[in-house]
Amino acid sequence: MNLPAAARPPRNYLNASYSLHTWLFTLDHKRIAILYLLTITFFFVIGGVAATIVRLELMTPAGDLVESETYNKLFTIHGITMIFFFLIPSIPTVLGNFLVPLMLGARDLAFPRLNLLSYYLFAFGGLLTLWAILAGGVDTGWTFYTPYSSTYSNTYVMTTAVGVFITGFSSILTGLNFIVTTHMMRAPGQTWFRLPLFIWSMYATSLIMVLATPVVTLAILLVGLERLFGIGIFDPALGGDPLLFQHLFWFYSHPAVYIMILPAMGVVSELVACFSRRRPFGYAFIGFSSFAIAVLSFLVWGHHMFVSGQSPYAGLVFSMLSFLVAIPSAVKVFNWTATLYKASISYNTPMLYALGFIGLFTVGGLTGLFLATLAIDRHVHDTYFIVAHFHYIMVGGTVMAYLGGIHFWWPKMTGRMYPEGWARFSAVLIFAGFNLTFFPQFILGYLGMPRRYHVYPEEWQVLNVMSSAGASILAFGYFFPITYLTWSLWYGAPAPPNPFGHTGLEWQTPSPPPTYNFDRVPIVEEEAYNFDPDDTQRKAREEQELPVG
Amino acid sequence: MAEHSRALAHHFENLEQQRDAGELGMWLFLTTEIMFFGGLFLAYCVFRAWYPAEFVAGSETMDVTLGTINTAVLLTSSLSMALAVRAAGQSQRRRLVALLVATTLLGVVFLGIKSYEYHHKYEEGLIPFGGFPFAYDTGRRAGLVTFLNLYFLMTGLHAFHMVVGIFMLLALAVLAWRGGLLGERSLPVHNIGLYWHFVDLVWVYLFPFFYLIAVRSGGH
Repeated sequence: MNLPAAARPPRNYLNASYSLHTWLFTLDHKRIAILYLLTITFFFVIGGVAATIVRLELMTPAGDLVESETYNKLFTIHGITMIFFFLIPSIPTVLGNFLVPLMLGARDLAFPRLNLLSYYLFAFGGLLTLWAILAGGVDTGWTFYTPYSSTYSNTYVMTTAVGVFITGFSSILTGLNFIVTTHMMRAPGQTWFRLPLFIWSMYATSLIMVLATPVVTLAILLVGLERLFGIGIFDPALGGDPLLFQHLFWFYSHPAVYIMILPAMGVVSELVACFSRRRPFGYAFIGFSSFAIAVLSFLVWGHHMFVSGQSPYAGLVFSMLSFLVAIPSAVKVFNWTATLYKASISYNTPMLYALGFIGLFTVGGLTGLFLATLAIDRHVHDTYFIVAHFHYIMVGGTVMAYLGGIHFWWPKMTGRMYPEGWARFSAVLIFAGFNLTFFPQFILGYLGMPRRYHVYPEEWQVLNVMSSAGASILAFGYFFPITYLTWSLWYGAPAPPNPFGHTGLEWQTPSPPPTYNFDRVPIVEEEAYNFDPDDTQRKAREEQELPVG
Repeated sequence: MAEHSRALAHHFENLEQQRDAGELGMWLFLTTEIMFFGGLFLAYCVFRAWYPAEFVAGSETMDVTLGTINTAVLLTSSLSMALAVRAAGQSQRRRLVALLVATTLLGVVFLGIKSYEYHHKYEEGLIPFGGFPFAYDTGRRAGLVTFLNLYFLMTGLHAFHMVVGIFMLLALAVLAWRGGLLGERSLPVHNIGLYWHFVDLVWVYLFPFFYLIAVRSGGH
């Protein structure tokens, strides 16, 4: 039976084919993005469950829920899954995979097969790590410090290390793919200074992925060889140097923080521009500050090692260089703020997340300056102050931006609108829950509560209970989006091509896009963020006319 | 689309774009390789600064003659690889196959000599890990142990890259034999050529780092 053309939904990447193998062996960057979305959501839940047990244990000063060894495994599982299998891949592999070709005006990434390989390496590394968790866990902390990891720990270090090692290659290949795509696949007229800021930050992120990840891959390989064959590069008993591991590890893992935050900044630049109806103030400054952050990220790893016994002169230099990171970061925050100034702002859900990001990232960034100060770091090193600081960056920053981006591009990805009321409610809930969870930890850390212990003196219980209460609010905040976004796949209103009135090529193609993204190759003839100057007035006029009509 | 070649993948506009993308991808991959080996080179620098005398002593256990021969073998293989890339570009099938096979064989010779050297180290009791008999007290000769650890790690990792390269060369040779990889399809030869030269370049550093530091300080 032939339906009339109007009733038949147009062909798009979702309804092009339905069988399982067209998903599992797809070369379409949009479908691979969906595979990543499902996989990292799974790991987010695992990391979240571990965090929940940690917070439950810390409700009371005594170690009454879990043993200390179980506790060690719990925070290790939380750290490893959240960092390697959720935060690092989050925005690049889901939003990046989906959006980079669309924003450039290309049909796909430069290397579609490599992209699929990247996904399977990630999934395989994740499965190995999961197996290590189920078989008995690992207790080294996510940092795998030697000689504990290489010589003493009796847990599943090897399996986890292999899992992380393999996942590293996934990250490298994704970064490589994005860089080549950005150089080679831009549509006619899509010059560098017409690119959306999301692309600038993805490019800077990819540079870090490509340059830093191989170093941690090597470091983990050496830990593995040391465990298996006793090659003692990190073993002082054999003339090796355990500090060398920390240098190699942080040479990657500090830039990795920027692998997590730079894409988030890219998302926020898009959201702030769209919901202020304005070209971002200082477009080029925001773009270049991404590169400045990427470059500086390679020069500050030593600030993780201020108390490790590295030379005090090295400490001084690393401290100074760490302060420099504040400059490009502040450039971004000030430019977003200037974009908002006297703009016509609308408070849709993505914008709530973006504003939340700006506030929380600022707190996280400024407390980073405390930590870059040598004397203060001596006092708060390895306390909850650090824990609070990096959660403000990673959760308050990256996760907020990720959720904002998921909501913003959800209509494009699925062809359905999310329910605005529920979404706003959840965004506010997450913001409140987050602050209640992590602000008390700044105080706890300043009072001297060390991280990674499951017992603590009684006078710290009030603050810990506050933190745990916040965590339960936060858990609900995360549960709602998972639920209503799934619901919207069936019951959400069908999305128009450009529901938020944003500029950019991804909004000029139907929602969801066809398999090859554009019906014909788009030609770019104007600057990015060229919002219609009359747009604001027209909107206001329409609102006044509505009740009459 | 003006150019309608079967060599063109669906998502590229033209062959030039496809070729440039492939080549840039390879250069980026080699950059990651440099960073990967870079960690070990850093380790080498640190430990050589810690144990200068032990490193010279370690270097004296190396067979400079075999090392020199191996360097010559590898550099020659780079030459034959470069000629293979040229033959592929000029669509000379027989020449391409012959040069790919020659490069493969030179790679195998290198690995053969390397294995002989490893075996010799085993016989002399100079493998300080994995439960092999070691001729020295590991605790007292810490620097020598580190030198030998690094020697096996770095040359072993290099040899691993050679093995991967040899398999890729064999695959190329088969494809070339069947008439592929010529003219506008020659990018894989070009890219694997880049990889091969990179692996050679690593050896150009490894050779003096391990074999020649004793010679320079008058040890021989």
